Amino acid sequence: MATGPDPAKAARGNLPPLSLHVPEPNFRPGDPVDYSFLDIPPAGLLPRPDETCPATETTPLCSGMVRVLGDDHHAVGPWNPKLDPDTLRRMLRAMALTRAFDDRMYRGQRQGKTSFYMKCTGEEATSVASTYALAADDMVFPSYRQQGVLIARGYPLTEMINQIYSNKADKLKGRQLPIMYSCRDYNFFTISGNLATQYPQAVGWAMASAIKGDSRIATAWVGEGSSAEGDFHAAMTFAAVYNAPVVMNVVNNQWAISSFSGFAGAERSTFANRAVGYGIAGIRVDGNDALAVYAATRWAANRARANGGPTLIEHFTYRAEGHSTSDDPGAYRSAHEREEWPLGDPIMRLKRHLIELGEWSLEQQEAMDTELVDLVKAATKEAEKNGILGHGLHHPFHTMFEDVYKELPWHLEEQAKQAIRERQIKWPEWKPE
Amino acid sequence: MTEAATTTRRLNMIEAINDALHVMMERDPNVVVFGEDVGYFGGVFRATAGLQKTFGKNRVFDTPINECGIIGAAVGMGAYGLRPVPEIQFADYIYPGLDQLISEAARLRYRSAGEFIAPMTVRSPFGGGIFGGQTHSQSPEALFTHVAGLKTVIPCTPYDAKGLLISAIEDDDPVIFFEPKRIYNGPFNGYYDKPVEPWARHPDSEVPAGYYKVPLGKARIVREGEAMTVLAYGTMIHVAEAVCREKGIDAEIIDLRTLVPLDIETVEKSVKKTGKCLIIHEATRTGGFGGELSALVQERCFYHLEAPIERVTGFDTPYPHSLEWAYFPGPVRIGEAVDRLMKA
Repeated sequence: MATGPDPAKAARGNLPPLSLHVPEPNFRPGDPVDYSFLDIPPAGLLPRPDETCPATETTPLCSGMVRVLGDDHHAVGPWNPKLDPDTLRRMLRAMALTRAFDDRMYRGQRQGKTSFYMKCTGEEATSVASTYALAADDMVFPSYRQQGVLIARGYPLTEMINQIYSNKADKLKGRQLPIMYSCRDYNFFTISGNLATQYPQAVGWAMASAIKGDSRIATAWVGEGSSAEGDFHAAMTFAAVYNAPVVMNVVNNQWAISSFSGFAGAERSTFANRAVGYGIAGIRVDGNDALAVYAATRWAANRARANGGPTLIEHFTYRAEGHSTSDDPGAYRSAHEREEWPLGDPIMRLKRHLIELGEWSLEQQEAMDTELVDLVKAATKEAEKNGILGHGLHHPFHTMFEDVYKELPWHLEEQAKQAIRERQIKWPEWKPE
Repeated sequence: MTEAATTTRRLNMIEAINDALHVMMERDPNVVVFGEDVGYFGGVFRATAGLQKTFGKNRVFDTPINECGIIGAAVGMGAYGLRPVPEIQFADYIYPGLDQLISEAARLRYRSAGEFIAPMTVRSPFGGGIFGGQTHSQSPEALFTHVAGLKTVIPCTPYDAKGLLISAIEDDDPVIFFEPKRIYNGPFNGYYDKPVEPWARHPDSEVPAGYYKVPLGKARIVREGEAMTVLAYGTMIHVAEAVCREKGIDAEIIDLRTLVPLDIETVEKSVKKTGKCLIIHEATRTGGFGGELSALVQERCFYHLEAPIERVTGFDTPYPHSLEWAYFPGPVRIGEAVDRLMKA
């Protein structure tokens, strides 16, 4: 029988006791904020490898940051997508509309018209600009803060609001938490409240597209916080193994409710660097630079469509508002973070770029903002005709039991009868619709 | 309900399942089969043997050892329009895929109001009696019967295995298809100290060639009788049959085949006729599907019952390796329950 190492000779020496490292963000409420520790390269610095390059060539892009819009608001460098002014104006409009929509829905929640809302303020470029870089029939597997995708694809605002209000016109029959849209006709997958589950699903969809010899690709979205989920790593493994045509986005907005990105590993590495270990292409991009987001997504989409495989894109951005209407970020982070954020505001930056090009003006911006507020207001009024949450104008009662299965099994039929009976006891005048 | 088929052959369970997969891959180009070791090798139990050779690597392939990824990818493939038939190598390995099954596959139709569905069939060998220890022997069906939106199917003969699997694959809802691995090669009857009969001597090993269906949600009366109703599924059907035969009990044995949706009509009719009910499953007792069956029988047949409902199950321990047969709800445990019911 072998003998183990001599416990008396264990190589511990005079080491201090082990200690646990619990990450702590740089700033808490009231703290002054200094972002000089962030390594933000100037715009135009990083090379743009060929879209069909070996994944290893993107390694420098994973720890660097692809930026196109410089401090002088000019577009510079090899990643400049050289979009025409009309496309830039449409992108700006979609981003501004997303913000106007968020503002209105947030107020609606505060006014009691619905239970819940989530804004994407400060992150509009990540979803809008990347949507512009995709084909309309590419499949999007969103997380919960990609309303910009739907808005950029021209999904009717009234439909979104019907869903948010869970009213009688809500296509999802009032079953889902507000903002958990599903829009098959717009190639937008049903949003889950369970985090990161959409990641392996997007890879599966992309594998199916490859199995069928299709030309469509998939994109997936996840926050940096939920990139810690096993699903993220399952998806990365599958994407790498099958070289799946998928663009995998991580929106690093620094905060997962009250947990800063350090709890997902940001103290050790960038999120784009996860690509290196899986041997797939990766890009870290200035998420508040619409042109950089567009360029990175276009690169990844072209690569995927050319059978070049998956790309992981980290969008480095900042969640300017609370996690949701149920959250008060003042309780855990410094309010100065938003003011001091070194990458600015995505809408302001694209606006300044267009003005710099001589293709836009402050007057035009102001007129557009007014028009968008009115547009959202009109859509809201239209949706309110179908009811707001809790005001009776919901879907027929029996729909509660439908779609659990394709056909209603006997036990749900029995339970539906029970539910109707309970309702008639409570409101004798009520008749099943 | 069975659709016509012409020639028949003697097949064991594995061959019948393999046959069903061949038939469905031939019929529907959207059927894809994948899982750990299922491709070139044909699966650790050989259920997918020959599929890759016949249908190509595009439709039959190995996967990473990642059940979350397997089920998650199947959800995405279903959303695309494929009809995935993933294999989870052992039911004991299914847990890393539970979020994708419970929160995703099972809810997709409901939460998207029918825009997206998950028409997948998750095949997985389950149950013990093969000296698999605690990680190759479990019967986790109750975890899935508890989930709204999933269907749970368990065959107990080659004929049913093929017909039910074809129905499951064609079904537009996600189906958990548990294959009792102890009876892959023969209708094991619980008498572990006696030789097992091969399937070839069992009438239900006669399997029609080609396409036929055994509908989901319909139980099978294995044996008509008056003395008591036995509700069981999978391996336990064969054990129940053997015990009743040995004891000369005129029991009505019902193979549930589908746990959800359950064929309550057949159950109710039988218990009202016999007045006694014995429920058998191999899974652990507490919170097991037997509890659900017992409650349903009590709710619907109470005034016809002449004795307390009996429940024979595995014990509430992990499946032990060396003491496997002490765990297994075999002829002694079932025999005691039968005796109690007969005395009542």
